[in-house]
Amino acid sequence: MLVPSPWRADFPAIATLQRQDQTYLDNAATTQKPQALLDAISHYYANGAANVHRAQHLPGAHATQAFEDSRSKVSQWLNVGDDGQIIFTHGATSALNLLAYGLEHLFNPGDEIVISALEHHANLLPWQQLAKRRELELVVLPLGDDGLIDLQAAAQLIGPRTRLLAVSQLSNVLGAWQPLPQLLALARAHDALTVVDGAQGIVHGRHDVQALGCDFYVFSSHKLYGPDGVGVLYGRTEALHHLRHWQFGGEMVQQADYHSASFRPAPLGFEAGTPPIASVIGLGATLDYLSSLDQQAVIAHEAALHDYLLRGLQARNGVRVLGSPQVALASFVVDGIHNADLAHLLTEQGIAVRAGHHCAMPLLKQMGLSGAIRVSLALYNDSDDLERFFEALDQALDLLR
Amino acid sequence: MSLPADAATALEAFQAVGSWEQRARMLMQWGERLPALLDEDKIDANLVQGCESLVWLVGRLQNGHWQFAASSDARLIRGLVALLLARVNGLSAAELQAVDLPDWFNQLGLSRQLSPSRSNGLNAVLQRMRDLSSNT
Repeated sequence: MLVPSPWRADFPAIATLQRQDQTYLDNAATTQKPQALLDAISHYYANGAANVHRAQHLPGAHATQAFEDSRSKVSQWLNVGDDGQIIFTHGATSALNLLAYGLEHLFNPGDEIVISALEHHANLLPWQQLAKRRELELVVLPLGDDGLIDLQAAAQLIGPRTRLLAVSQLSNVLGAWQPLPQLLALARAHDALTVVDGAQGIVHGRHDVQALGCDFYVFSSHKLYGPDGVGVLYGRTEALHHLRHWQFGGEMVQQADYHSASFRPAPLGFEAGTPPIASVIGLGATLDYLSSLDQQAVIAHEAALHDYLLRGLQARNGVRVLGSPQVALASFVVDGIHNADLAHLLTEQGIAVRAGHHCAMPLLKQMGLSGAIRVSLALYNDSDDLERFFEALDQALDLLR
Repeated sequence: MSLPADAATALEAFQAVGSWEQRARMLMQWGERLPALLDEDKIDANLVQGCESLVWLVGRLQNGHWQFAASSDARLIRGLVALLLARVNGLSAAELQAVDLPDWFNQLGLSRQLSPSRSNGLNAVLQRMRDLSSNT
């Protein structure tokens, strides 16, 4: 095989899917899980579940310890250091909604929120709706032909009325790293808060939030080979002081009376109710597993696989790749063929890819497309997966032409 | 209740299918046979929401019998819709109420096209048909 994956056997679901003749290439939607994660969740449930931060009993102490260990592991993964906090949410979407509600008080009519044209709905709609609530301007940074946010336009559009910039690190449709250092510098120059949607970026390479210099960084566990139901919100300490409490309930409170209450600071003040304890512990185990891998080897593998994917697509007549994907994924359309037809026939052949608008409807509309097919890779994929995909693609195109 | 003639033909053809390629080819052939939808019917109000492709569906009760017409810009969903219309066109209002459409696609070997995760829109088309027939 041209590009084998040495980590494939660490993910038991891959073998199961293969027995069902399924080739999983929808990793930007969610990923398969390593055995280390299955073991950690099974261990937690088999050895005594308990709620965290509440009880004085021993099971509660163990659960709390494991839960807080996961927080430290996430902290280390992002190199948070002493100047920030990790808040666990129920997903990247809920982290972004927490920001849009918790920061709402900072905005006055006429203020501007800046996003980009490639945002996933999760990093578009919370800001769009905040803009509607507070009569703000939602400014949309345009893209260049390469799928990157246009920095010249950004320099014009990010200005003294900009109160917040929220952008993706890596597009889930175009697979291109966005020029974050320049964009964040533009926002900082105008004292605007900065939010980075790392949902896709976190999965590829290691990222240092201190070096990045953003105020908030958001990602979801399930795209990073972890359990679903957990999102991560990093906040810089100073920026967290702006964040008002949003959801109210158990354990986020300091003092409660019938008619008033006071609340804890970050992180616990933003984790109302019972958190997804097993999933957070599972995320910690996933990070341990990922930390044990040779990071350079993973990056090299993903690059080789991505190259293999792009070459294969470019070798086929009529296939048009969207933008200039650099890593992880490629979205494409085929001239004269409806993506829904192609998706149908790929599904028939056991190829799990994504078709449609990829939760970025405005971007697809702007490109004049009703949808596209997206192939997205993970570290357990190998070139045989891609060969099966190409074979199925050729079959489908034969039938449709 | 006996099957409409078109439906009986479809059932016989699809039950004989062996491979996925054959099934796909037949779906596309059925789609090509779908009578063209009038341009005046291709309006936003007749678009079925929730499909990956554009699907228009109109239905009229004529002399107590339903006549649906539809179109799509995608070929396989057009085939699925053609199979749907083959089953329901000409039915009375009471007959349409009684017909088990998921079972119809099941008999054709196409039940997976109706699974909740499928976004091809066949479910949305069925829902639209129910809405059209219950509002009349």
